[in-house]
Parts: sequence; structure tokens; C-alpha cells
Amino acid sequence: MTWPAIFALAVGSYALKAMGLLGFGGRAVPERARSAFTLIPAALLAALIAVQTFADGRHLTIDARVAGLGAAAVAVLARRSFLTVVVVGAVATAIVRAL
Amino acid sequence: MHARWNRLQAPPVRDALVLSAAVGVFGVSFGVLAVSSGLTVLQACAMSLLVFTGASQFAAIGLTAAGSDPSAAVGSALLLGARHLAYGVALGPIFSGSRRTTRAVAAQVMIDESTAMATAQGNPTDARAAFWAAGLGVYVFWNLGTLAGALVGNGIGDPTRYGLDAAFPCGFLALIVTHVRDRGGQTAAALATVIALALVSIVPAGLPVLVASAAIIPGMVVRARLARRSP
Repeated sequence: MTWPAIFALAVGSYALKAMGLLGFGGRAVPERARSAFTLIPAALLAALIAVQTFADGRHLTIDARVAGLGAAAVAVLARRSFLTVVVVGAVATAIVRAL
Repeated sequence: MHARWNRLQAPPVRDALVLSAAVGVFGVSFGVLAVSSGLTVLQACAMSLLVFTGASQFAAIGLTAAGSDPSAAVGSALLLGARHLAYGVALGPIFSGSRRTTRAVAAQVMIDESTAMATAQGNPTDARAAFWAAGLGVYVFWNLGTLAGALVGNGIGDPTRYGLDAAFPCGFLALIVTHVRDRGGQTAAALATVIALALVSIVPAGLPVLVASAAIIPGMVVRARLARRSP
């Protein structure tokens, strides 16, 4: 991350937060727009999970990260905290990589 | 004094403070991952102070670490933040009597946690108390956590040795859970996965994730269809 990228992200993020709270001022937003906004995290997070688990540069691979994601999924299903999920995933990846 | 203490002990506020401390630990993981993907301690702290939305911050540093162009990383992170538009609209009535400056400050701490806590309350007064407790509490702990994590992470060295590269997708997996409770969210997530993987070897890093956001359209169709079926 470069400083300009950090500032651009900061300004953009604040604008998104403030627009709804200050801009619309209690006016109703169409149900369709609301549906779109709230679906974006599902789509983007899923894409991020896929790319960061299976991509190595411009290639698709199956490596130790898959084992880490699997272990993390078990932790998610067991309703563990965010930190536990991340640590379990990282440790499982490191172990499989060291084998 | 007693009144204030009583208010601190009120369930919504107490829950919000417990939640804040938990999020602080999440901030530690952000700090560690930020410096291990090349940010300085100052940059990591600036991100948490100024950007202050966990998912966008993780996405931005994760994509940058994976070789994405900075503009694609910022674009994805901002798209991820677009849900705050809906949050602001949902919280509008609660802050309708507040001054503009109050609302401008509230906007910075309007995140997943504070919005969820506020909308769970029965009346505007409780909602505002829960909002500020969660928003300011998370802000303080998230930033303290980031600083601690960034300082620790500086001494870690090669991130892949500890499987830290896998920490990103694992963290996103933990974050996605609340967004895929309905069929629309599940549809969007499944299609986004397919689109992103199909594009990895075709377009530059960072773009597959951005393009995959088109998967919200079938998600919207599924939601609309389900809403029509059960009025």
C-alpha cells in the first residue's frame, strides 16, 4: 500500500459512511439498491477467499493454503472467534507447508 | 455519577464494551498482517485510524500483498465498503434529531458492529447509547490492537513461514458468515467464487475480485423472487 492509496481509501470509505447518514437524511432508499449494497460483501469476500487460496500470481494451484482454509472452516463451523479462525488457518498452513 | 455508572452497566452498553475488547484482538491480527505485507507501522496505524472498516482494510492489504495494482486494491476495498450506504440510511431515523457535526462524527464510527448493536435496540435513546458505546469502543480497541500487532509483526520476518499468507482467506471466511445467511447471499458468494477463479489467469491481479462483484445481480434476482413468493 502506498500513502496515496491509503488516503484515497480513507476519503472514499468516509464518504460512503457519511453519504447514507448525512446525505439521504431519512429519505427512503429503493429496496433494490439496499439489496445490492448488502450483497456486495458476500460476493467480494467469496472472491477474495477463492483468489487468495487458489491463485499464485496468474496461475491456479492447490497448495498448503487449501489445508489452512479447510481447518479454518472447521473453526468457523465450531463458532470460534475471528482470531481463533485466523490462527488455526495459519498454523495448519504452516504445518502442511513444513511437511 | 451514579446515573452514569448505571448507564455503563445497561445491557446494550455492557455488551458493546465486551464486543469492543474482542474486536481489539482482531485489530492485532490486522496490525501483524499489515506489516508482514509491506506496510510500515505508521501506515498500518493510519489505515486503522482513517479508514476504520476491518473488511476493507484486510482486502486492501491482502490484494496488495498478492501483487494487485493499488487502484484495483482500493477499488475492491471501496466496493466492500458500499454496504455502509445502506447502514447510514438504516440509522438515519435514530440520528434525525442530532446535529450535523454529531452525525459527521457518528459516520466515522458507523461500522458493522455499531450498526448491528444500534438496530437491535427497541427505542432511539437505547439505540444511540449502544451505537456510541460500540462505535467508540471498537474504534479505541481496534486502533490499540493495530498498533500492538504492527509492533509485534515487525519482528516476525517471512510471513509465509507462519502460514500468514493463508490468514487472509481464513479471516475473510470468518467475515463472510453473517453475509451468507440467506439464499441471495449464498448465490452471490457461489457465483463470485466461480467468476474470480475463471478470471485469475486471464486478467491482471486484483481485477478478478472486482469483476466478481457482478455476482450480486443474480443474488438480487434470487432475493426478489423469494420476497415475491412469501409476502
